[in-house]
Amino acid sequence: MFDILEARKPQVHEKGAEPFAMVCEKQSLAGAVSQRACVFCGSRVVLYPIADAVHLVHGPVGCAAYTWDIRGALSSGPELHRMSFSTDLRERDVIYGGEKKLYASLVELIDRHRPNAAFVYSTCIVGLIGDDVAAVCRRVEAEKGIPVLPIHCEGFRGTKKDGYRAACDGLARLVGTGATDAIGPRSLNILGDFNLAGETWMIRDYYERMGVEVVATITGDGRVDAIRRAHGAKLNVVQCSGSMIYLARSMQEKYGIPFLRVSYFGLEDMSRALYDVADHFGDAALRRRAREVVRDEVAAILPELRRYRQALEGRRAAVYTGGAFKAFSLVRSLRTLGMRTVLVGSQTGNREDYELLRELCDEGTVLVDDANPLELSRFLQEKRADLLIGGVKERPIAYKMGIGFCDHNHERKIALAGFQGMLNFAREVYCSVMSPVWKLCRGKRPLECGDSSPLSR
Amino acid sequence: MLLRHTTAEIVERRALTVNPAKTCQPIGAMYAALGINRCLPHSHGSQGCCAYHRSALTRHYKEPVMAATSSFTEGASVFGGQANLLQAIQNIFAVYEPDVIAVHTTCLSETIGDDIPQIISKAREEKKIPPGKYVIHANTPSYSGSHVTGFANMVRAMVDYFAGPPDARTTAINLIPGWVEPADMREIKRLAGVLGVRAILFPDTSDVLDAPQTGKHEFYPKGGTTVAALRATAASQATLALGPTASEAAARQLETKFHVPARVLELPIGLRATDRFVNALRKVAHVKVPAEIADERGRLVDMITDMQQYFYGKRVALWGDPDQLVALVEFLTDLDMRPVYVVSGTPGKRFEDRVAAALAGRVPEAKVRQGAAADMFLMHQWIKQQPVDLLIGNTYGKYISRDENIPFVRHGFPILDRVGHSYFPTVGYLGGMRLLEMILNVLLDHKDRSSPEESFELVM
Repeated sequence: MFDILEARKPQVHEKGAEPFAMVCEKQSLAGAVSQRACVFCGSRVVLYPIADAVHLVHGPVGCAAYTWDIRGALSSGPELHRMSFSTDLRERDVIYGGEKKLYASLVELIDRHRPNAAFVYSTCIVGLIGDDVAAVCRRVEAEKGIPVLPIHCEGFRGTKKDGYRAACDGLARLVGTGATDAIGPRSLNILGDFNLAGETWMIRDYYERMGVEVVATITGDGRVDAIRRAHGAKLNVVQCSGSMIYLARSMQEKYGIPFLRVSYFGLEDMSRALYDVADHFGDAALRRRAREVVRDEVAAILPELRRYRQALEGRRAAVYTGGAFKAFSLVRSLRTLGMRTVLVGSQTGNREDYELLRELCDEGTVLVDDANPLELSRFLQEKRADLLIGGVKERPIAYKMGIGFCDHNHERKIALAGFQGMLNFAREVYCSVMSPVWKLCRGKRPLECGDSSPLSR
Repeated sequence: MLLRHTTAEIVERRALTVNPAKTCQPIGAMYAALGINRCLPHSHGSQGCCAYHRSALTRHYKEPVMAATSSFTEGASVFGGQANLLQAIQNIFAVYEPDVIAVHTTCLSETIGDDIPQIISKAREEKKIPPGKYVIHANTPSYSGSHVTGFANMVRAMVDYFAGPPDARTTAINLIPGWVEPADMREIKRLAGVLGVRAILFPDTSDVLDAPQTGKHEFYPKGGTTVAALRATAASQATLALGPTASEAAARQLETKFHVPARVLELPIGLRATDRFVNALRKVAHVKVPAEIADERGRLVDMITDMQQYFYGKRVALWGDPDQLVALVEFLTDLDMRPVYVVSGTPGKRFEDRVAAALAGRVPEAKVRQGAAADMFLMHQWIKQQPVDLLIGNTYGKYISRDENIPFVRHGFPILDRVGHSYFPTVGYLGGMRLLEMILNVLLDHKDRSSPEESFELVM
């Protein structure tokens, strides 16, 4: 392996090398070109899809500007979540405090838009200047009669994961405040899907076809009233365990609602999610209908999937995700496509995650926690990857290296979850890995070598 | 309708910003620093800031954007960020091997009160800065100014840290291009070259954020102003600062410290602004304008002549950054268009006067707003009250364009949903022609799509 910084070595592991002692859940090194974000980012992405609430970012304008409609979390109704609201704190607010501005902003927003709830995100300096955000929220809540929820997500207070936890704390205050009558015994909440490109709708449709009632989708296509009555559901199904596990745990403690951890990516994991739910309810009819859903859906996509597999067989993929949970599904999905994962990493995986990943991957696969772009590009080169799966900051690195790319993060434009999503994923991987552009850029000295094309005479 | 939540009725707002027409200082400092050769920008604050800026710049340029962060923790925010920055400097030189680290602050480190020059001195004392390497800094508190201010502050820092000591005067002219695209910087260099002027352009993001595909990820692409060139700015004949908001501070600094005369011009966007730029360059460098440039100008005028009927009287709404807006307002008014709404979130003293000067009384109904509550929400409310024929601004106008069915030309920062802006200039005469082409295309496409069958025309 090439030289990496001494302090980074414990966060990199090549399968086959012993002993396995992956260090993770660690603060990034100062001076790292880390691909990670902050606590605020974690809270913002998790709560953002709740479309009938106002999301007010309390701080200087940047945090609101950078998170304005950057994630395609679709709503079937209101679009309030796609607007950007900021208290735009200025120098004098930093000196004299921002509480008055916060109060005035909330009142104005609630009066104009009549939302069903308001979320107030505290950014870095709010923690420093000592605004009593909770007190302002309580006051407005009393005056306006809607839940006004402070989210304590100052950027420096940890990692993105801590932001998930802060968001879940806010949600936990909403849950349990609505009426639960008319909720049946075969009912669940979908936790941890954000309806990117309409994915929550697909998942919801599968459950409903099985005969399971979906009470709340948290937070994809989310609505305040649905979340308020979520405690009436009999099961929580949690995807993307990083972000929503805290809420699932708190609902288990408080309301005795059990939860299942699932993934909706790839044929195996998607099918298992449906079967696990059917098994949980222990209902033969549910199980039968789950089998029917899986059978119908798989049959519809298999022929086309096979064609992609033929072309992609033996190609090499690298995976770099935010949470590690998604990486498991991706490694399996890539295997479905006949591809081998040669590098897999995440921003926020924990020890257990990496343990599992190691079991799942082939010999020689590199595992890496909190990678920087230098490491990423060197591994991509060393492992001769044909594809990188990652997020916005990784895309141009792959393209510059002449490697295919699939965005499995905010900027996916098509649904990648569910059965149809597996086909979309295959198509996207195929079109990028097999693009003719790679031949154009790998060609040797095109300006010096003679062109043997029949087009030149 | 995406913006169904926008009300036509305007209530004066005191506290709230909705759909901002600006962002915060650090991202501007990061963009400017990328215009130094082999420079790694460094964000002294929480990890999120750096991630957001890199993502936003990546979305705009479709290029890898490298920058490091001090990764503040709870501890750093209590005890100060000195330990983080010292460690960062050491790690960065060890791992990423830049020639320059350009530190910018954030709201967090500013509020804590970290003294960056003192920390840099300490790093030097502790031999954390290898010989021949540099650490520079700009204070960029997110709660004052805007992204443009952050850019201006980092450009000034380039002078503060690198310029001088002046040797004998050279024949070079300093050109400070302002916050424009890599393509614009390339075009400004080309114009100077055609005029026969030896120019030092700084910052220069061409060949950094429009780097060619080579099959390799170059951590430091070949472009950017070199440290040697920055040093030499102190000995140049003169400085032309393009766009007062972004470029004046650095030019004045060179003037004060090294007596390099400064001229501050508007950005050379549009015919007359380019004329003034070429003329200023001609005078300070004592050169003649070759026929090649006169011909370029002639082609732009020719295009305006040919298409004048389509521009006449069109009402235009613009938003974005002061320097771009002032230049565009002048150009549009010269085209006989009516820039009626002009909005910039960037605060500052002279903006409204500059717009008024560009309008020269030709559009008395024009509304101009800047600073707090000058945002896209207000812009949309104005449009709802009295509509316009054309929108010009960054990608955030696409909601208004769609909801109100108004033709839209993307210009400024950020552009998140189209390509071209980083490759094709809008400065200079060629840039003027490109702007005209974009404006005409959207206006005529709109006409084609919306005209009834009987008046749908083949020839326009």
